[in-house]
Amino acid sequence: MQPQPTTDSTPVPALPALRKRLKGLGPVVALALLCIAGAALNSDFATFDNLMNVLTRTAFIGIIAVGMTFVIAAGGIDLSVGSLAALIAGVMIVAMNALVTGPNAPSGLAIVMLGIALALGFGALSGTVHGLLITHGRIEPFIVTLGTLGIFRAVLTWLSDGGALTLDFNLSELYSPVYYHSIVGVPVPVWVFALVAIAGAVILNRTPYGQHVQAIGSNEQVARYASIRVDRVKVLTYLLLGVCVAIATILYVPRLGSATPTTGILWELEAIAAVVVGGTSLKGGAGRIFGTVIGAVLLSVIGNILNLTSIISVHLNAAVQGVVIVTVAYLQRGRR
Amino acid sequence: MSLSVRFQHIVKEFGPVRVLHGVDFALQAGRVVGLLGENGAGKSTLMKILAGYEQPTGGQLVVDGEERRFADARAAEALGITLIHQEFNLAEHLTVAQNIFLGHEKTRGLFLDRRAMAREAAHYLDEVGLAVDPDTPVADLIVAEKQLVEIARALSRKARLLIMDEPTATLSPGETGRLFALMARLKAQGVTIVYISHKLDEMEAQTDEVVVMRDGKFVARLDTADVSRQQMANLMVGRDVSDMFQPKSAVPPEAPVRLRVADLTVPGWVQDLAFDVRAGEILGFAGLVGAGRTEAFEAIVGLRQRSAGTVAIDGRDVRIAGPRDAMRHGLTYLSEDRKGKGLHMDLGLRENLTMMTLERDSRPWVDVKAGRAALDGAIADFGIRVRDPDCPARSLSGGNQQKLALAKFLRPGPGVIVLDEPTRGVDVGAKRDIYALIHRLAAEGRAVVVISSELIELIGLCHRVAVLHGGRLQALLGPDQLSEETLIAHATATHH
Repeated sequence: MQPQPTTDSTPVPALPALRKRLKGLGPVVALALLCIAGAALNSDFATFDNLMNVLTRTAFIGIIAVGMTFVIAAGGIDLSVGSLAALIAGVMIVAMNALVTGPNAPSGLAIVMLGIALALGFGALSGTVHGLLITHGRIEPFIVTLGTLGIFRAVLTWLSDGGALTLDFNLSELYSPVYYHSIVGVPVPVWVFALVAIAGAVILNRTPYGQHVQAIGSNEQVARYASIRVDRVKVLTYLLLGVCVAIATILYVPRLGSATPTTGILWELEAIAAVVVGGTSLKGGAGRIFGTVIGAVLLSVIGNILNLTSIISVHLNAAVQGVVIVTVAYLQRGRR
Repeated sequence: MSLSVRFQHIVKEFGPVRVLHGVDFALQAGRVVGLLGENGAGKSTLMKILAGYEQPTGGQLVVDGEERRFADARAAEALGITLIHQEFNLAEHLTVAQNIFLGHEKTRGLFLDRRAMAREAAHYLDEVGLAVDPDTPVADLIVAEKQLVEIARALSRKARLLIMDEPTATLSPGETGRLFALMARLKAQGVTIVYISHKLDEMEAQTDEVVVMRDGKFVARLDTADVSRQQMANLMVGRDVSDMFQPKSAVPPEAPVRLRVADLTVPGWVQDLAFDVRAGEILGFAGLVGAGRTEAFEAIVGLRQRSAGTVAIDGRDVRIAGPRDAMRHGLTYLSEDRKGKGLHMDLGLRENLTMMTLERDSRPWVDVKAGRAALDGAIADFGIRVRDPDCPARSLSGGNQQKLALAKFLRPGPGVIVLDEPTRGVDVGAKRDIYALIHRLAAEGRAVVVISSELIELIGLCHRVAVLHGGRLQALLGPDQLSEETLIAHATATHH
């Protein structure tokens, strides 16, 4: 028997609906409070430059977190994204450097375009392999991606011989605007982040595919019986995430022009934290792209405020982030 | 040994919604009491209060003359009150023995006494007539076996008052018979039994008295001997349900075959099954639990591996690798497991209704407004009673969930629809609606397959009934051969 009877005469309770609506706004409220605190503590915080600075730094994790929202909403997880970003960066640099030294080398612009295409292809391929191992191989996503987490980083370390892989100087000059350039005052990475987030939100909420993703995360059996191609949808979520990791890496490489064994370390946990803080349940089901974006920004605003003020040591950044993650999760917890 | 209970003006509210409006009646010690009422009448809530799973908002619960307030189920169990749930409360990954003793583990010193638990579990399993090893994980059991494990667990708690909520919904006739024998033994030992069921014939045969509830209120208490099934149904619904079934319209002999299945073999379940269904025909499938009915149709729609068999829809051989292929060819299958396979309980009504047709109806974006309109249409068309169209599917009553599930699986516009236990756990009123709907589907020229364990339903609804036994087609009975006796005889392979 259900707690609520289905008699038509009972009044519609307004309070739970309001509470439900407010619950989704939890991360927004937390972010707003943090921003007010930041502005009060340091006058440099609430400036346009600082805002762009924070958003640019958020772009890498934020873009990955958008892809991660799909994977988690479908009931999966991917631990390998940090290692994958590092490996894609390494492969890109090695390939571009090789092209530039050839006897009849293509133009610099062509080489950069080829590097970007290679990154996207490599990301999509890795994601597809993850998806196939998880669906057709029937291995837990946690285990598959724990395995590739090690593999990807080890291969990069081997490629770089434990040191740094550095992009050819001329190419670096040519490529750097992708990170440093601004369009209408807004840095390129922020534009890309916004586009990826909007595309993600539209796909997740407005297309049959996105609805299928959430249906699978909510109850995979019901989805299968409702003639949804569960395996295909799941493989696609990992593919999308792989592409998101590639996009983040394409923005990251021109920043330093190098890849090292510590590139992208702990990115997977930051991305997962952004998704969860944003209100998407780790168990799968309803995914919230907007929440994910807020979650990612929230986490980097913390670091920014600690940098600008001296009340709490910057070394405690991760501790403050941890407190915020647990607090937001506490506020968002469902019944039991 | 026996235990008497009196409910005094019990009120229960969930937030602003009142589901029990001051219920007053007594359960006499040592009797089998049938508790009747439609879904939403408050039976299960009242029983959960008695068993300590819920606390009343108002009123008193008097047990053996003493007022009690159970903080949890453990407190009620300590007095010998045990509830066997409608939905199973078993830990899937644990073994049968571990589940039976969950929370009451036997120990020797600091350690579990596995030997004693296995021995005692075997004893209780024997009592309920379930022949499985106590070390089997519960996940490996079929639904009927899980039900029997629940009952064995209740026995192990030395119940003095046993509440059974729809225990036979998932049992085969043989298992049901064994359960009734067990109930008689318990009654002879002085155990008070509260028996909740929608099956009025069981009420008539198994109970000493019936208590009827409606809309959260006590309606009547009668000796079973003084009341007919018809009167029981009328009391539950509060109006006259003269006949459940409409007269069957004959299938014209020239009606085309819409689904033809030949040589279907599903490893471990079904052997060489062949049948066909014509436009406008309702074909029933009878058989014991495990006879392979569900498995046959899961294989036909590609949810299960089959080793042989051909399927033709509207005269064309089709290759079906999954439910999506089946749907594209105009065949949908609604599972018996509404909560696990039929509906997304956590998603909204619109999302559930449009789940199968999202791709067809999106160009390319999901049209939320059209989905809402479709939901309004379905609510009117299928008579779904909804308080708030934005609520999740789980907040509907069983009957309304089933109507929503039917609407969902009809949305792709199938020419052939397979309904597996379409009225399981559904109250009398909703049952009637669903039967009328099935008639309508046939009248529209669809071929309808109904798998059911309720013989009355198959006899009242179907033009022909196929009976499976051990995965083989035992008999295909025509309209003038349909009787409970013949169906049972074929289902148990004792027909001569």
